[in-house]
Amino acid sequence: MAIEVRIPTILRSYTGGQKAVEGAGDTVAELLADLDAKFPGLRARLITADGGLHRFVNVYVNDEDVRFLGSLDAKLNDGDSVTILPAVAGGAFAFAAAAALRS
Amino acid sequence: MLTLDAAILDAIVAHARRDHPDEACGIVAGPVGTDTPARHIPMDNAERSSTFYRFDSMEQLRVWREMDDRDEEPVVIYHSHTATEAHPSRTDVSLASEPAAHYLLVSTRDPEVTEVRSYRIVDGAVTEEPVRLVNAPVDPHAVQHYLFGQNPTTVDYECRAAS
Repeated sequence: MAIEVRIPTILRSYTGGQKAVEGAGDTVAELLADLDAKFPGLRARLITADGGLHRFVNVYVNDEDVRFLGSLDAKLNDGDSVTILPAVAGGAFAFAAAAALRS
Repeated sequence: MLTLDAAILDAIVAHARRDHPDEACGIVAGPVGTDTPARHIPMDNAERSSTFYRFDSMEQLRVWREMDDRDEEPVVIYHSHTATEAHPSRTDVSLASEPAAHYLLVSTRDPEVTEVRSYRIVDGAVTEEPVRLVNAPVDPHAVQHYLFGQNPTTVDYECRAAS
């Protein structure tokens, strides 16, 4: 089972500069564990301490955002293409302050 | 230093004004490795907020794939601040994910004057840089404001300055 994973610039230091690598796994969680075995430290940039997908990382399977496919439980098939992109975000105020303003 | 075409800057400022008071955001793509911003791509602010921006994840995928197909990279990543200065906030710095990009901040807090400043954000360190505009249109009527051969800072007694 081979899944092509496209790596964003900021994470290429973990993959020796490669922009595309191959991994295996039936779910996104398994794939990330597989990648972490090959490229130590990569998974920690994508998954938070509670084990969920980092809020500001986008993971796509083929053309869909995994957040709509079950996030880390999203199913993968042989030949799928996974793309990782750090979210482009920011703003004038710190998130804690703004989250307080929103609630 | 960020070298930017004046027409692109005008388009960026127009975008920021259009979306005010929400923060506007987008990029200017350019050929990989050239540090030349060439193609302005205004993006949707999925947060629709006056204090945050976030690229819509599907639009970001489409635009990043398109850049990949065209051998481009995001040379400028811009967003606007609608009530604060044109300086990266702590949030902006912690979320900056393209170390090679120029982070352009536009402030629309004043309705008459737009502040535009550019920064490099690498490993959490912010460095401001000058912005050099190219192809700025020359106003053919500008000299009507000054006496022939003179301007507010110099006086040319021999009237060599072209009119």
